[in-house]
Amino acid sequence: MRTMRLSYTSREQVEVYRFSWLVSAMLPLLMVGLQAFIPVRFYFLRVFDFGLLLTIFFAVSRRSQLSGLLTGAAIGLLQDCLTHTPFGVFGIAKTLVGYGASSIGIRIDVDNPGSRFLLVFFFFAVHQAVFLAIERELMGLPVHLNVGHEAGAAVANSMMAVLLFGLLNRFKIRE
Amino acid sequence: MAACGCNAPLAVPRPADHAGNARETLEPMNLFSRHKNMVVLVTVLLAQLLALALQVKRQTSAGPVRLIRFVGVNTIAPFERFLIHSGESVRGVWSNYLDLRNVRSEDQRLKTELGQMQLERAREQEELRQAHRMQALLGFKQQWIDSTVAAQVIGTSGMETSRLLYLDKGAKDGIRPDMPVITPDGLVGKVLNVYGETSQVLMLNDLTSGVGAILVKSRLQGIVKGTPTGELQLNYIMSDESVQPGEPLVTSGGDRVFPKGLPIGTVSSVSAGHNLFLDIKVKPGADLNRLEEVLVITEQKARAPEASGQEAVRASDILAGHLPSVPVAAPAAAPPASPGSPAAPKPAGVTAPKPAGSAASKPASPAGDHPKPKPAAPANGTASPGSERPKPKPAANEGTHPQ
Repeated sequence: MRTMRLSYTSREQVEVYRFSWLVSAMLPLLMVGLQAFIPVRFYFLRVFDFGLLLTIFFAVSRRSQLSGLLTGAAIGLLQDCLTHTPFGVFGIAKTLVGYGASSIGIRIDVDNPGSRFLLVFFFFAVHQAVFLAIERELMGLPVHLNVGHEAGAAVANSMMAVLLFGLLNRFKIRE
Repeated sequence: MAACGCNAPLAVPRPADHAGNARETLEPMNLFSRHKNMVVLVTVLLAQLLALALQVKRQTSAGPVRLIRFVGVNTIAPFERFLIHSGESVRGVWSNYLDLRNVRSEDQRLKTELGQMQLERAREQEELRQAHRMQALLGFKQQWIDSTVAAQVIGTSGMETSRLLYLDKGAKDGIRPDMPVITPDGLVGKVLNVYGETSQVLMLNDLTSGVGAILVKSRLQGIVKGTPTGELQLNYIMSDESVQPGEPLVTSGGDRVFPKGLPIGTVSSVSAGHNLFLDIKVKPGADLNRLEEVLVITEQKARAPEASGQEAVRASDILAGHLPSVPVAAPAAAPPASPGSPAAPKPAGVTAPKPAGSAASKPASPAGDHPKPKPAAPANGTASPGSERPKPKPAANEGTHPQ
């Protein structure tokens, strides 16, 4: 099993990174703030979920499940603050994404743009599925699933992730 | 804890027989053991803080707000405020330059429009006064918007499923929960939560929103609600009713949040619904996706309309002021008309100046602030209700639009 894991990625690719406390604290604030601000001027950019992208980035960089789920929970709760839905809707979705992304980040090479694209596409779908399930099952709200729109949003977020992760790599500190 | 990556190597699969890796695996364990108390303390404190924030409702001047929401909003709002104001500064320089171009032709066009609008307004005010008189006769009471606060949109919820706006005005500016939010084009929503310098607006097209509405032509009443896709839908109109696309909707006032008569939008499509009701889609009057400035209605009072007994300036009077007139002989040169003698006939469209001191020369001050034609000379007397109609200043307005 261990041999199988190593066949997916090389020794250099299983690098563990950390981030300064300033980056860890300010980046989520900045990203969630941007996400709230951008649709005021550019409504069509509302499809981007910067909180989700940041959750995935931190999770795959730190490669720690505990760290991933806590980061996801923190970012999700921060997003919940700005909505009028009960706390935990985005928190739960992003906690699961953070945990899942860090688990996958251990096993595959996530520094490759192609794998980043696929990773974000997959976790965007997971996030939306969890979110819709919570809305429908827990909150009892009517849910409208527009598959085309969600797929388009997943592609857009994946493309943004490729660009954004390249920029955010500058903040990484090797363990 | 998340930032330091203390637990990271534990999750990374590494060969156990490698001496260096084994040491790396042990190091975080030692670190955790060494700082175990501190880690447990921080964890317990954080968990308690979170639990507290979820339970406690902070008392603000606008009512209780959950602490975690209060902290979250007050952390994000300064970012949004900074971004919006810095963006405006840059945009202001560019737009000032653009504004200077073509200003002359724009000025001419606006003057023409102003003249037309003043005519239209005089006509409408006359109709309004007539309606007020009728309402006063019937003892009718309605909600009047007494004051509004202009606010700038500084942010959204950032989520497609939660259609909220954040405004740069809050409790300090007199904003309270449930106050209606409008634009000149139509209704936007209502204030949901209020913080010190920020307020949260629930938009009309949110899934949890609902507004009592009335169709202007057919007078059918229903409830406008948001859909999961962010559209507006008019509910509870029976399927045997006739509703045409393009019919405007206004607020009915029945929800006791929005005053009656605010424009909501127009019917965009009508189809048979699943139940007994029609499926009516509504196009909002305000562009809910591109809102930059809004008005918050801070005060509305119920009162009966007052019947204005004073005669208004009629549209024809204003029109007469615009038309070229033939100057008549000066009053001193004209032979004084003997009391009771018939007045000399005047050609159509010709307005004669009134002699100074004549009570009838001063126009009756109409209710409201609609344009007042200048009298030839001010008089001390006031026109009695139903007295002679006011005369606009003749030659001075020739060929120009009223300012």
